Amino acid sequence: MDRQLKFSEAILEATDQAMGRDPSVYIVGLGVPDPKGIFGTTLGLMKKYGAARVQDMPLSENAMTGVALGSALVGMRPIITHQRVDFALVAMEQMVNQAAKWHYMFGGKAKVPMVVRMIIGRGWGQGPQHSQSLQAWFAHVPGLKVVMPTTAHDAKGLLAAAIEDNNPVIFIEHRWLHNISDTVPEEYYTVPLGKARTMCEGSDVTIVGTSYMALESLRAAKLLGEAGISAEVIDLRTIRPWDVETVLTSVRKTGRLVVADTAGVAFGVSAEIVATVLEHEFASVKAAPIRIGLPDHPCPTSPALANSYYPRAGRIVLEVRRMMGKEPITDALPLTSDQKLDIPDASFTGPF
Amino acid sequence: MSQPSDNRLRFKLYKEMLRIRIVEETIAGYYGEQEMRCPVHLSIGQEAAEAGACAALEQRDYVLSGHRSHGHYLAKGGNLKAMMAEIYGKATGCAGGKGGSMHLVDLDAGFLGAAPIVGSTIPIAAGVAFAAQMRNEDRVVMVFLGDGATETGVFFESINFASLKNLPIVFLVENNFYSVYSPMNVRQKGDHRIVDIARAHGMEAHQADGNDLECVHQLCTQAVTKARGGGGPSLLELITYRWREHCGPGYDNDIGYRTEAEFLSWKERDPVAAYERKLIANGVGTQPEIDRIAKDLKLEVEEAVSFAKQSPWPDLDTLSTQVYAN
Repeated sequence: MDRQLKFSEAILEATDQAMGRDPSVYIVGLGVPDPKGIFGTTLGLMKKYGAARVQDMPLSENAMTGVALGSALVGMRPIITHQRVDFALVAMEQMVNQAAKWHYMFGGKAKVPMVVRMIIGRGWGQGPQHSQSLQAWFAHVPGLKVVMPTTAHDAKGLLAAAIEDNNPVIFIEHRWLHNISDTVPEEYYTVPLGKARTMCEGSDVTIVGTSYMALESLRAAKLLGEAGISAEVIDLRTIRPWDVETVLTSVRKTGRLVVADTAGVAFGVSAEIVATVLEHEFASVKAAPIRIGLPDHPCPTSPALANSYYPRAGRIVLEVRRMMGKEPITDALPLTSDQKLDIPDASFTGPF
Repeated sequence: MSQPSDNRLRFKLYKEMLRIRIVEETIAGYYGEQEMRCPVHLSIGQEAAEAGACAALEQRDYVLSGHRSHGHYLAKGGNLKAMMAEIYGKATGCAGGKGGSMHLVDLDAGFLGAAPIVGSTIPIAAGVAFAAQMRNEDRVVMVFLGDGATETGVFFESINFASLKNLPIVFLVENNFYSVYSPMNVRQKGDHRIVDIARAHGMEAHQADGNDLECVHQLCTQAVTKARGGGGPSLLELITYRWREHCGPGYDNDIGYRTEAEFLSWKERDPVAAYERKLIANGVGTQPEIDRIAKDLKLEVEEAVSFAKQSPWPDLDTLSTQVYAN
């Protein structure tokens, strides 16, 4: 009942169980059957399901996305994986012009049940082209769904739901979540798309987090609690369609909103959430909402620079205190002298 | 080159080709009324390639196409009334008015869809073939593309993948020499580049006269038979010519990208007229028979136009539906 599983193992288990249940599910991607198995998320699948359903592929992301789409049109349920979000960008044409549109533009006659997995890199010098967090690009397109699980439990349930969904679902994993464990039921289950999860309840401020930033938000809430500020943390889980009602209900209660997103602030998911809340609940809001995300420039490679690129729990604490008119504190999240900021934890030794 | 085995098939092929011609001429005739409010890319001049190729397929086989897709849709058995209504933007259209001329679909006929981003349906078609192969289904996929599409990245990627996986697919290139107004010599080097690309990827490829109906049909039948038997993909490059302007009902030989003389030389090679002469010369058909076929087809097409015109507009409720499938 209380089995602990890593996020990456949860992804693998969801894929395994979905393939076991439904012969139309197959997985294709560069490196899917290789010895590393997409950070462990596809290990052993080839042996279990065979080369026809667990495929490596030519380095042709755009065509292979079209191939997945075409197979979906006639009843297959493909999962296509990209080891970075950045690599998937050469397939934008097939995702945005094609997969997102085929149901609508053929008057409902075509269905495109496919999952596109992609991974956000961070730290260890991932740099400008291995670290982008572009969920807003996909969320901007009607016809696509966008999912960003935070916990291992949700990674399994949301991936299963994405595979069951009859639409193209962009499934974005943060590399720093792959090794984090939590309780994951052994049996097959789904977590519904479009439903956020309240990670902890609070009364002073609502912090909405996406993916890895939901964890930073949770850390911030703990620190804020120690200082007498009660923060409610919402893990958004699905970016499109996002759970407007859960966020509005929380802001009606707290009157304050902070959004912490893994992506850039400008034109981002955080802007969408803030705008929607203000449109609907302007009267409930006691302070100007705050967006926390990446600064408006590409990610550098050197740790000396990249360490200042990513906001962390301390920044969230700082902003919440400022929002509430509290004294700013400089040691919101003290660092130990040997702590490295370019890795999620000591178990991560690079390079990818 | 052997001939189609019987006269019935010859007549069927001719009739299909003539039907496409009449549909396209009818659209051109009505377009000026400004009731068809979407771009149309007419395939007049290219009918032999379209009719000859699709006649090599079975109903269970699939076809996908690009922006100039009317002929492919019709030749694969797509519903004429639904196509006309779609061009008129009506509720009875094959996509309920959401697609228009550039997004025809008829699942019953195996016409899975057309999309006008040049090159984009090539990998999608490969994916349909991939699924047929994975499920061991007896289906062949044919994807129509133009010479311009052979310059896209996904063309190369798809040719590579189809060859790698030995997919049951035929890449049918209608080379009409122009990508909108840009001629081949500003886009590609050499006369046999398209078939050479396929061959370089280990794929069988042939170049042929796309205005020779029987030649097209024979070549396509060979390619389809090969794919059906597990022999893998082929690419066929059919040389042909678009008579009308790139987009719209008129002619554009006067705007400076090609000459009237060039157009007239291709008009001399009219695939419909040439095959009609052949049928009569070989005693397969008589002029009165052919005239009667043309008359019947015109009636059918006029009826489809009337159906489209009289059909209701799509209900406004459908504007925001079908964004996501249930």
